Amino acid sequence: MPVQYYIFLSIALFCIGIMGVLMRRNAIIIFMCIELMLNAVNLLLVAFSKMWVDAGRIDAAAAQLFVFFVMVVAAAEVSVGLAIIVMMYRNTHSVDINILSRLKN
Amino acid sequence: MGIDLIIFTVLSAVAIASALGVILSKNPVNSVLCMITCFVAIAGHYIMLNAQFLFVVHLIVYTGAIMVLFLFVLMMMNLNADIEPQKRNWLKYAGAISGGALLLVLVAALRDASVPAIQSGNATDIGLIKNLGKTLFTSYVVPFELSSVLFLSAMVGAVVIGKK
Repeated sequence: MPVQYYIFLSIALFCIGIMGVLMRRNAIIIFMCIELMLNAVNLLLVAFSKMWVDAGRIDAAAAQLFVFFVMVVAAAEVSVGLAIIVMMYRNTHSVDINILSRLKN
Repeated sequence: MGIDLIIFTVLSAVAIASALGVILSKNPVNSVLCMITCFVAIAGHYIMLNAQFLFVVHLIVYTGAIMVLFLFVLMMMNLNADIEPQKRNWLKYAGAISGGALLLVLVAALRDASVPAIQSGNATDIGLIKNLGKTLFTSYVVPFELSSVLFLSAMVGAVVIGKK
């Protein structure tokens, strides 16, 4: 199976994530779209890892470890980001990013 | 058409359809459920690509922890579909068109890329815990320790922000 299929799938998922960030106003949905983009990149890394294994490279595990680190950073980011969104919601009773963009009050 | 191509097509269709569901559904809870479906499809891709450890970690961390955290926060906030104010329409179209333009450019640029193919029958043990752990604790010890510091600071930050 050509690895181009995986490249196109990742591009499609990444662009759907970008469209979501640009189109929606709900801060939580925007957060989820960022997760979607991270996952598109993860999928491409795993596909390239498999491609390297089939090409006979022995150090192909590095790509899968990169995916692992991306997951670690995403988990940390989500915990802090959701805490910030909850705090904003307590102050303004909204998760609309136009209200959040004022930052004061 | 081999069995691997059929599985790939089905998983990709599920992933893309549920990703579209994330950005198109009005109710945020439906968005989270679509996102979970998308992540399960991506986990299926991982196991097709001989990344067994990542498959398990993806299911546990993403689908089990992160998405449940999203769902928890959403249900705590009690957001309904009519609370989200609608963006002006031309802004929505501008977002969709610019995302589509990026899709077009990337596909056109990478259409003729010459990369070797993936042999689906070639099962390897590179994605098992033994291999990944060996590499993680020999070549990648420093990033591993740095990520532990990152986790600690994220935990402290979340607690401090949440306490205010």
